[in-house]
Amino acid sequence: MDWSHSRADFPILNERVHGQPLIYFDNAATTQKPRVVLDRLRSYYEHENANVHRGIHELSNRATAGFEAARARAAQFLNARSADEIIFTRGTTEGINLVAAAWGSKHLQPGDKILLTEMEHHSNIVPWQLLAARTGAELLFLPVTGDIGLLDLTRLDEWLTKGVKLFAMTHISNSLGTINPVIELCARARRMGIHTLVDAAQSAGHRPLDVQEIGCDFLAFSGHKMCGPTGIGVLYGRQEILETMPPYQGGGEMILSVSFQKSTWKNPPHRFEAGTPDISGAVGLHAAMDYLDAIGRQKIAEHDQELGAYANEKLAGMKGGIRLFGPHIGRAGVVSFLLEGVHAHDVVTVADQRGVALRGGHHCNQPLMHKLGVESTARASFYFYNTKQEIDRLVEVLGEIQKFFGV
Amino acid sequence: MMFDDLSDLYQQVILDHCKHPRNFHELPTATCSAQGRNPLCGDQLKLFLALDGEVIKDISFLGSGCCISKASASLLTDSVKGKTKAEVLSLFEQVHEMVTSGEVKGDVGKLAVFAGVHKFPARVKCAILAWHALKSALSGAGEPVSTETEEM
Repeated sequence: MDWSHSRADFPILNERVHGQPLIYFDNAATTQKPRVVLDRLRSYYEHENANVHRGIHELSNRATAGFEAARARAAQFLNARSADEIIFTRGTTEGINLVAAAWGSKHLQPGDKILLTEMEHHSNIVPWQLLAARTGAELLFLPVTGDIGLLDLTRLDEWLTKGVKLFAMTHISNSLGTINPVIELCARARRMGIHTLVDAAQSAGHRPLDVQEIGCDFLAFSGHKMCGPTGIGVLYGRQEILETMPPYQGGGEMILSVSFQKSTWKNPPHRFEAGTPDISGAVGLHAAMDYLDAIGRQKIAEHDQELGAYANEKLAGMKGGIRLFGPHIGRAGVVSFLLEGVHAHDVVTVADQRGVALRGGHHCNQPLMHKLGVESTARASFYFYNTKQEIDRLVEVLGEIQKFFGV
Repeated sequence: MMFDDLSDLYQQVILDHCKHPRNFHELPTATCSAQGRNPLCGDQLKLFLALDGEVIKDISFLGSGCCISKASASLLTDSVKGKTKAEVLSLFEQVHEMVTSGEVKGDVGKLAVFAGVHKFPARVKCAILAWHALKSALSGAGEPVSTETEEM
């Protein structure tokens, strides 16, 4: 596979920052966009722009067709049974909030439990905290095994017998790079009659995703972390569950009829999409899904893991103190580390001057960082357009940083 | 020299104070204290002040953070010891102006090493954290200050 060919699809990768060629290693935060996605956004606004589902005129028909085609494409992308199981959201965060608000307030009683893991992003913790405060439900956290960053599954069955109604878990940790065995986790939860939600923010667009194979009830992802525009995301929900859920927000688009005192609403998925949606975002995401599948998500996954393993090995081999987080084998293309004696923000500032875009901070994983006894880490996260040469350059720059700070 | 472009931000004085922070301990004689926290990076520090009327007789700090925030707290303790509240508040304004615009107005002494911070907008909060904590301690509010509730 010649990845340099894919690299040429991304205009921004030719940027220079601080006079240096850009090495973009912040893909877990957001990925860059290929030209086909940028072109699709432009052509939508130049030839199709109108509001959806309500116009009789031609442009509205085009916009509606584009929007619903994106929904059908997303269903195919996830191997959902039907496009009716696909709800467009602003992103993973909104998808999880939607489930917490609409499913949670309908189905949770005081004393019910929600099981999360210690490696969740804040977006898969805080919505449940808000829900718990409203409903009297309680949160449980499946432990992580220290720096190596694996879920401790030895007592999973015990965790799953404590009145748990929902088990919400990340597929791939955004700070540790851990790939969780979601098929097994969902199967074990299902056997206990527990609903499941998978946060696929870091896995969508990085590997094949099949909701029927995973066996989850809900799965959420963001378009912008997989070559799509910002502001658009997808929530998959199993149809029979979506049908039991009340609306998330009220407004136009989601109703059947409205009187001054009372309204009735549409069936899923439109019940959950009040107001004018992000139409251009959806058609842009459609282009991104086509683009990724043309490359092949299995190939992308293999390349991701190869880069992750290579970076882990090179960083582990550095002279001087470095602390690495996450699994040694079978990790995604995300590496978190700390250079001994240099704060992560200083690492990131200096690396930036050398053109290397890293993330430094708690990565919206404060409880996990607290557990690992650190305040922040530096993180390099890869996508298929990154190269081993870029990782070599990172290691070189980190060596210069150690010298600069005299550690 | 390596990283010439960074020497504006990480001046030798800053690197020195970061590695060897001054007045880095608790203060048994403290009459007030205040905490500063940057929720974006988890940096936190605590200032301890021993006030004698309007004068800061002694000052120290503890905490953890990046090179800039640590050096800023360290240099702060050195430069406000013996000053009156009014003098310190006016120094706060000078430092604030300097790290956001790069302009040094009046005599700020060694603190002038932080003028280069304004070229790194993401790091202004690191440099100003200790100063916000100091202002809070002097106002007697005693509330922890956070970089995210303050106008920077």
